[in-house]
This record gives sequence, structure tokens and C-alpha cells, in this order.
Amino acid sequence: MSTRATTGQRAASGTADYLDQRTGIGTAVKGFARKIFPDHWSFLLGEIALYSFIVLILTGVFLTMFFVPSMTLVVYEGPFAAMNGVEMSEAFASTLDLSFEVTGGLLMRQIHHWAALLFMAAIVTHMMRVFFTGAFRKPREINWVVGFVLMILGLAAGFTGYSLPDDVLSGNGLRITDGVVKSIPVVGSYMSYFIFGGEFPGEHIIPRLFTMHILLIPGLILALIGLHLFLVVLHKHTHFPGPGRTQRNVVGFPLFPVYVAKAGGFFFIVFGVLALMAGTMTINPVWNYGPYDPSPVAAGAQPDWYMLFLEGGLRLMPGATEFVIAGYTLSLNVLIPAVVIPGLLFTALAAYPFIEAFATGDKREHHLLDRPRNAPVRTATGVAILTAFFILLLAGANDLIATHFAMSLNDITYIFRVLFFVAPVVAFWATKRLCLGLQRKDRELVLHGHETGRIVRFANGEYIEVHKPLDEYERWIRVQHEARRPLEILPAHDERGVRRKGYHRDALRARVSRFFYEDRVEPVTPAELAAAHSHGEHDALEGHPSSGGVPAEIASGPSVDARDR
Amino acid sequence: MSNEQSSTDLTVSGAGTSPAAFQDPGMPPHQERMADKDPAAAKRAERQTVVLFAVSVLGTIGMLVAYFLFPSGDTVESMRTSNLLLGLGLFLSMFGIGAAAVHWAKTLMSDHEQAEARHPQKSDPETREAALAALEAGAKDSGIGRRGLLKGAVVSAVALAPLTFAVPLVGQVGGDWNVSNFRHTLWERGRRLVRDPSGDPIRAADVTIGSAYHVIPDGLREGEHASHWIEEKAKAVVLMVRMDPRDLTEAEDRRDWSYEGIVAYSKICTHVGCPVALYERQTHHLLCPCHQSTFDMADGAKVVFGPAKRPLPQLPITVDDEGYLVAQSDFTEPIGPSYWERLK
Repeated sequence: MSTRATTGQRAASGTADYLDQRTGIGTAVKGFARKIFPDHWSFLLGEIALYSFIVLILTGVFLTMFFVPSMTLVVYEGPFAAMNGVEMSEAFASTLDLSFEVTGGLLMRQIHHWAALLFMAAIVTHMMRVFFTGAFRKPREINWVVGFVLMILGLAAGFTGYSLPDDVLSGNGLRITDGVVKSIPVVGSYMSYFIFGGEFPGEHIIPRLFTMHILLIPGLILALIGLHLFLVVLHKHTHFPGPGRTQRNVVGFPLFPVYVAKAGGFFFIVFGVLALMAGTMTINPVWNYGPYDPSPVAAGAQPDWYMLFLEGGLRLMPGATEFVIAGYTLSLNVLIPAVVIPGLLFTALAAYPFIEAFATGDKREHHLLDRPRNAPVRTATGVAILTAFFILLLAGANDLIATHFAMSLNDITYIFRVLFFVAPVVAFWATKRLCLGLQRKDRELVLHGHETGRIVRFANGEYIEVHKPLDEYERWIRVQHEARRPLEILPAHDERGVRRKGYHRDALRARVSRFFYEDRVEPVTPAELAAAHSHGEHDALEGHPSSGGVPAEIASGPSVDARDR
Repeated sequence: MSNEQSSTDLTVSGAGTSPAAFQDPGMPPHQERMADKDPAAAKRAERQTVVLFAVSVLGTIGMLVAYFLFPSGDTVESMRTSNLLLGLGLFLSMFGIGAAAVHWAKTLMSDHEQAEARHPQKSDPETREAALAALEAGAKDSGIGRRGLLKGAVVSAVALAPLTFAVPLVGQVGGDWNVSNFRHTLWERGRRLVRDPSGDPIRAADVTIGSAYHVIPDGLREGEHASHWIEEKAKAVVLMVRMDPRDLTEAEDRRDWSYEGIVAYSKICTHVGCPVALYERQTHHLLCPCHQSTFDMADGAKVVFGPAKRPLPQLPITVDDEGYLVAQSDFTEPIGPSYWERLK
């Protein structure tokens, strides 16, 4: 045994020496091998996105070996009897061959499709995690933008991919795209020609989408993933607040061996689950749809989930918003849901870190994450955006809701039109209230401790319930955050009555800052805790309002309800 | 807010001697796992890990067996069976490795949390100064500041060079760029309406009241259009229905566009161009399955619901000498979705 181990060790050290003499890799290994990464389940979401992308590349390479990106028409004469003698493009015929003649081809195509859905889902939930915990704050704003571009590229990759098989479903999807592009003022018609190489559908679109899908977009995604991960390593990962976790350290486990095993293993878990999904759940059975033809269309057709919000917007927008101005047609009924709303949504997302930095005026680095409750307006904003997104998503399935729940399609559409405007406002208000409530709950717990269920009777007949104080580790997570306060603004005129430069910018900043931080709950201070202990529990039981009548947790500023509208 | 009971005993009385904020208590004491304390538990965890790796090996073997014994075959059923078995094999093969690795890490590898120091992202002042000095020295060496003509030359050359790529690309990527093609379809005076896809002409007398026909122009794949018939079909598809003429509301100038209750409208939605395919005989409503624009076929195909603004364009029809339905002319307006210069 010992001699064999020595041989192995000698071989390893020989290889290491060879590499180090030629690349100086020792420095990198020294720096990286024991690099510390923090642990939290929500940090896996980004990993899922990365691993689905690797699965996409692996299965995608398999598919390119058999798929023919051509719109040349052929007559199908393959094993699938139902399509025999049917005229179809080579793209569709080769997709059928992938299912019927290439053993494992269907599995690879279904893994590829499921992985694409999971890729987008993981990106979106990862983005939610980063948003709600404030991980986008300085110094990570650039990486937020990189991640945002990755999401857009993911949408583009998905769209170019599912259009490739040239079946009835994807062909009509392309036709909708053509209609949307044509609605763009001035250049719409030319952009349609630009995309299709002439009139729809032409014979260029599939090869063009193919080049986008297998070369350009994945190349960009790969490069940006590299940049994204480089910045993660450079900044060191954020960590959740907790005992021993500070802005100046990172607490967790070493890359080698713990994360090599955990993260490496997780790749295989993601791949395995995708294989299970593809093996047991049919997705996009193109042999049922048939080849694209400009005449037929399927009812109850939905795009992949990440495109559904656009489809929902198109369905909700009333037609009356198409205008003719000086002889030119302006199709706001298409332009607003398909171009303006996603444009606003995406711009708001990309710009959010900069908006919040403007409101806080905060130039410090942040490596400790926020608990979402401790940033009520941010959390509420995120939930409001998600609510609008979700309403559009449901609206994209309004026909399925109508058929499955036997409701009137028109009624559903009218309801969604209202909900699109009302629901985000309600969600904003409710989320903000929930966050403030949870913060109060934290205060309550810190001040009074856990309820024990033990009732004690004093000699004088008084009953109290014994509360168990929090230990210092439990307490720390509830008191460690700093309560942000609205920015104070200098007066418009200085002491000599001269207008101060930059007052308007400051006033705007103060307004934004008030919106963000006016309502807040301050964390418990040691003095408050001491006061609570000195009073003892029975004060709380009696429930007399204290003389001042002002609850200590509500900090200065106008009444909390002032901004509830 | 005033009846906030939970905090009525909390009025802060002159902060006193307590510090302003709590202090970080530092890392909590490490909790040992079963496998840390009990060698038998560690041995058990090791065995479990080995079993999970073995599951992966079995999965790989199973997938290979399925590949040779269950090719995808000629029917949907055999394809599904093959897909299911291959998928399960691949699942076990991959999931086994993953579960084993994670189990190994969670039970046997050290779980002592470690802290690593962070440093500010920005470089220290000396480095910044040195970097600035390097840039200044470089700029001075190049002389770009002093030689204005050179600066202009660099900018012009670099700005113009991309045209060598852009002009040939943009010039040809849109085909002939002749967007006026949107205005015209194959329909013309005397062209027969034929059924899609069979191509059989339609005798007006054979069209029963309440029926709906998917129609294409006769000779779609012949002559000069043969090479791009799909584009022509994409514009020319028509939905034709017959109803009781008494149900029909017709505009004054379109009285002769129908034939004994038979009306023909473009099948391409005026919203974003889906084929409008769902006809409901009782209401004479035509529904687009993509975005639910609904058109009233008895009343000039006007929009009764949904995101479309304009009615479907009507194809003027009549019958020829043999009693077959023919077009009177092309559509009198561009079919399909709106675009900027549509009315020009």
C-alpha cells in the first residue's frame, strides 16, 4: 500500500512541478484552493443557472450533429407513418429524425428544452435573491448589470432556440414577432425585412436564428459568465448577517475540498434532475404540431414561460389604441405591450442599484446582505414588479384559464386589465406593511424573549408567563442592521440669502430618500433592552400606555400612515 | 399605531451607560456532527456515499443497456419507451454522483467555519498615483495632445473603417428591401378560390349555409411565384363563410363584394398576423386563438373584442361562368398587421 501511495504522490508532485515551472500555477493554487465561500441555500440559484447552461451546451452539441438548419422543402419519408408524404422543411424533417431515428435524440432535445426553461427560471430567481438581499450594492453594481445582460441573452437564446424546429407553433410565434416588429414606427417594415431577409417567412430565418442560437448568443453568454464569476471571486461572495460575519470578512468553507464536492456534485444533481424531467415529461412534441404552414394555427398555444409576459401584454392591450397620424399608422396596441412595457421593466431593473444608491447617498462597500424585512421599500418594490410580471404571465394563459375553469374569456381579460394596475400597488403596500411588522416582531422577540408557556404565580396572586431571553447569537441577527434614515437637506438659500447651487438635485434626492426610508423600525439598542429588563414582564402584562404615548420603535418623521396610500 | 401594545414599556429613559449598539458576539461555538463524534457514524456515512456512487455506476450501465435494447423505433410508443428508459438511466448515473459528492461533503469533510479577511476594492493611493503617472507618461510619449491633426486622422480612419463591414451586410441582409410587397397578394380579377391544401375549386352552389372554408388562390405554386409560394400563401390565405344573406350587414360600397351570403376575408389578423381560425357559426364571430381578437363576420369583420383595431380586409368575390367562386380583384388594402407606412 505505502509504495503505491508514494508512486501516486510522486506522479502528482511531478505534474504539479511541471505545470508550475511553465505557468507559475502555484500562486493561483495557493490563492484559490482554500478560498472561503459562505454557505446558504439561496446561493445555489446562480449555480443552477450555470449548470443548466453547461447542460445546454452539452446537449446542444449533440443536437447540432443531427439538426439541419435549412428551410428547403423535402417530402418526409421516414419511420413516422403519420407524416409520410408530407412536405416540410429540412429543419422540421431533421427534428423528426432526431426523435424517431436517433436513439436518445428525443431525450437530448427534451433535456435541452427543459434546461432552457430551468436556465431562465434560475436566472430570474437568482436575480430575485440578489435584489431582495441588496447584494447589488457597491461594489457589485457592475456585476448586477452583467447579470442583467445575461438574462436578456438568455431570453434571446430561448427565443432563437424554440423557433428552430420550424413547426406550426414556433412558425406562428415568428409570425407574431414579425407583426410586433412591423409596429415599430418609421423603421418597422425595414426591420422585418432585415430579420427575415425579405417578406415573412422567406427562407433565411431558420439559418439565421441557428447562427444566433449556436454561435453568437452562447459565445456572448459564455464570455459574460466568465466576467460574472471573475467579479464574484474578485469581490468575494456576500454573506448573510450573523454572529462573526462582518463587512470586513467572509465566513464559510474552503473551496477545496468542500465546494469542489458540494458545487461539483450539485452539477450532477442538476443534470440528473433534468434527465429525469426529460425522461418522464414530454415537452414540445413537434410531431403532433406538424410542419409550419402559413394557414393553420393551434388553439391554446403558449410560448415558453419566460416569453409569456409579452404574450399576456399583447392580449390585454385594448385595440382602440391604434392611431393614424398624418397618414402614418402608430400601433400603440402592439407597441406598448411588446416594446414599451418590457423596455420600462428592464430599464428599471438594470437601473435599480443606481437609483437606490442615489436615494441613500451611500458610498460605502456592502458585503453583508440585508434581510429583506430590513429594507421594506426595496422589498415592496421588488414584489410589486413581480406582481405585474405575474399578472401578465397569467394573462398570457387567459385562454387556458377560460377553458379549465369554464369562465368567460372576455371577463378574465377585463379583470386582468384592472389587476395589472391595481395588484402591484396593493402588493407594494402589503409587502411594506409585512416587512415593518416583521421588524416589530424582531424587536418584540429581542426585548421580551421566547414565550416558554410556563406560568408562574407570585405570592401576591399575580400571574406572569416566564419569557426566556434570547442568547447573544440569536439576538445579534435581529439587532445587527443599521436603520437607514431619510437624508437631511440643506436649505435652499444659504445664510446670506443666496440660492444654493445643486438645491434641486438635493431636493429630488431627499424626496426619493424619504420614499425609501421615511417609515422604518429601528433595531433594539442595549439601552432599550436594559430598560425592558428593569421594568420586568409584568409591565407588559398590564398594558398601560407609557406616559409619552409614543411607541419608541417608531422613529422621528411624519406618521407612518402618511405614505401608505 | 398608537395602540401598539408590544412596546408600551419601552420608552427610552436617558440612554444611561449602555453602549449605543450591540456588539457582535463573534462566531458561535462549533457543533459536532454525529460523524465527528462517533467513528461508527463516520463509517456509516462512508458506506452510504459508496452506495450512492454505485447507484451512478448502475445507472450508466442501465442507460447503455437501454440504448442497445430499446432503440427509438418507428412509433411514438417505442420512442417514448426508449426515452423513458434512457432518461431514467441518465438520471441515476448523474444524480448518483451528485448525491454521493454532496453527502460526502456534508457528513465527512470538515465543517469548521473559517473566516477570511476582505480588503477594500479600490487600490491604495500609491498604486493609484503610479497608475495615473503611467497613463500620463504614455500619453506624453505618444504626443497625441500636441499633434491635433494626428488625432483627427485616427478618429476618422477608425470611425469609417466599420463601413466596409456594415454596408455590404445591411445592403443585402434585407433581400431587395422592397417593402411595398406588403401591399400586394396573388389575388386578382378572375382568380379562383380553391380549398387549402387540396387546391380544389369551390362551386358556390356547394357551399352550405354555416360552413367555413380555408381558402388559397388557385395556381399558388405555379408560374413566377413557384419559388416563393410560401410568402404568397402567408399573405393570401382567406377564410370564407356562407350565412343567411338576411344576417349579413354590408356597407353601401361593398354590396357586390359578397355572393349570395358568401363572404371572404383575409385570414391574417390585423393585430400581429396570426391566422384567425376559430369560426363560431351561431354568432358569426371569428376568433384569433393567439390573442383573442374577435371579428364579426356578419358585419364587415369588424372587431368586437380584443387587441386588434381594424376589421379584417375583405376579398371581393363573385362566380365565373362555370359557377366557381373567383376574386373580383386583389384586397383593396394591405392585409395583416399594421405598419408605419401602411396607408401611404
